[in-house]
Amino acid sequence: MPLLELQDVLARYGPIRALHGVSLTVDEGEVVAILGANGAGKTTTLRAICGMVRTAGEITFAGRTIARRSPEGIARLGIAHVPEGRGLFTELSVWENLRMGAVVRGGQKALRQDAERVLGYFPWMEKRRDQQAGTLSGGEQQMLALVRGLVSRPRLLLLDEPSLGLAPTIVRELFAIVQRLNDEDGLTVLVVEQNATIALETASRAYVLEVGKVAVSGESAELQRHEGVRKSYLGY
Amino acid sequence: MADFVQQVVSGLATGAIFASLALALVLIYRATDVVNFSQGEMATFATYIAWSLMDRGLSYWPAFALTLVLAFIGGAAIERVVIRPVEHRPEIVIVIVTIGLLILLNGLTGWLWGAEVKAFDSPFPNETWDVGGVAVSVQDIGTLGVCLLTVLALWAFFRFTTLGLVMRAVANNPTASRLVGVRVGWMLALGWGLAAVLGAVAGMMAAPTLFLDPTMMLIVLIYAFAAAVLGGIDSPLGAVVGGLTLGVLLNLLGAYVDFVGSELRLPTALLVLLAVLLIRPQGLFGHAVVRRV
Repeated sequence: MPLLELQDVLARYGPIRALHGVSLTVDEGEVVAILGANGAGKTTTLRAICGMVRTAGEITFAGRTIARRSPEGIARLGIAHVPEGRGLFTELSVWENLRMGAVVRGGQKALRQDAERVLGYFPWMEKRRDQQAGTLSGGEQQMLALVRGLVSRPRLLLLDEPSLGLAPTIVRELFAIVQRLNDEDGLTVLVVEQNATIALETASRAYVLEVGKVAVSGESAELQRHEGVRKSYLGY
Repeated sequence: MADFVQQVVSGLATGAIFASLALALVLIYRATDVVNFSQGEMATFATYIAWSLMDRGLSYWPAFALTLVLAFIGGAAIERVVIRPVEHRPEIVIVIVTIGLLILLNGLTGWLWGAEVKAFDSPFPNETWDVGGVAVSVQDIGTLGVCLLTVLALWAFFRFTTLGLVMRAVANNPTASRLVGVRVGWMLALGWGLAAVLGAVAGMMAAPTLFLDPTMMLIVLIYAFAAAVLGGIDSPLGAVVGGLTLGVLLNLLGAYVDFVGSELRLPTALLVLLAVLLIRPQGLFGHAVVRRV
């Protein structure tokens, strides 16, 4: 049984339909990518999973229906969402942001155990723990958002456009970390990305969305060879 | 000189009352994004509860503490029952609901306790202390002390507890708070509860000098508005500094500028409000809001 399963999910913003029946699965321990152009419904798919947009259709997580639960209820089941535009608490410090990530697990004590391990990936964060999050650079904010998601010890991590607005070297670094977390800790990740090249290098499988529907899906290696995907999303 | 110091101290005492109520306004503004026009009536209602408790024979401090607990429950209940249904409506709708709440609470207070003025005991003796040759009123020092202790306790709560952190996070970014699993609705109720507690403290401290009647806090609320705007409506520190500044300023103007006297104190406060809005709309400590249109 897959960890996450979407069956024929529809979503709308007011009168505008954004998803026209999306079906996908994510197994435990997998990294899965959702690719597609602007407005294809990638972000809406993630928002549907974490309850931030009204949906029709079936969404199950670890065997439970989550389609009509509140965002906070879904988060408490172990789904961490690192939103597009990062969604940090800009007025709080770096450390306070991390504490918020672990808040439903009981805060400080639980956090300390995880912090050392996770901060090992980002030495700068430890040194600047009292800095206000809003004053970090774009790349640093993205990394903080990622770590905040990780300290909740999620069963599933949703990453929305982690490469958005970041320099290529930082994007590589970020995906390398996601890869490492998957290899070492078996972290399950569903990542939405416009940068198909790097997403397909990290993910084992991918879904390509076009106008609110899954157009193509398959193993990453397969999609890298797929002519339509190559032309439209990989650019060669 | 001695007279000047006395005026400053008594200004700080009234200022501390403004500051408490202004801080209550700021708390709700940060959590709900609206000014709560019923804050003064909530405070008056709580003060009447304290009066009733003492009328039944409870002594001052137990009645004070019990009133704070009841005010907290009442404030949180108002958020859950009255504000929650309109939570996602435009701000103007919530503002109108708080104005409705003002009228409702005012009527309810008059209906339950009557409109005649009641005397309200002060916990502090009507004496003066000699501090380096200056006689300061114990009432003033006591009022200042109670208000500042409340503010300090609240600050420590926000600064050092996990629950306080969560409430700050909700004020900063409600959507992100939900995504990390925070039940935002309950945090808003908690904010209303704490604001009601601050209001209750202000009401109980103001009542001995203003006397208790259903409109007691109406004028105080206007001073609190002026104080909150002076400090910056989104800044808790600003509310406290603004309140104390306004209290001292009004007291000194009343004492030393003949034509202000006691009659023109309110217009002076409104003048301060107007001047701040014209010259520095974000107040002393607030953030300027830049909106793209």
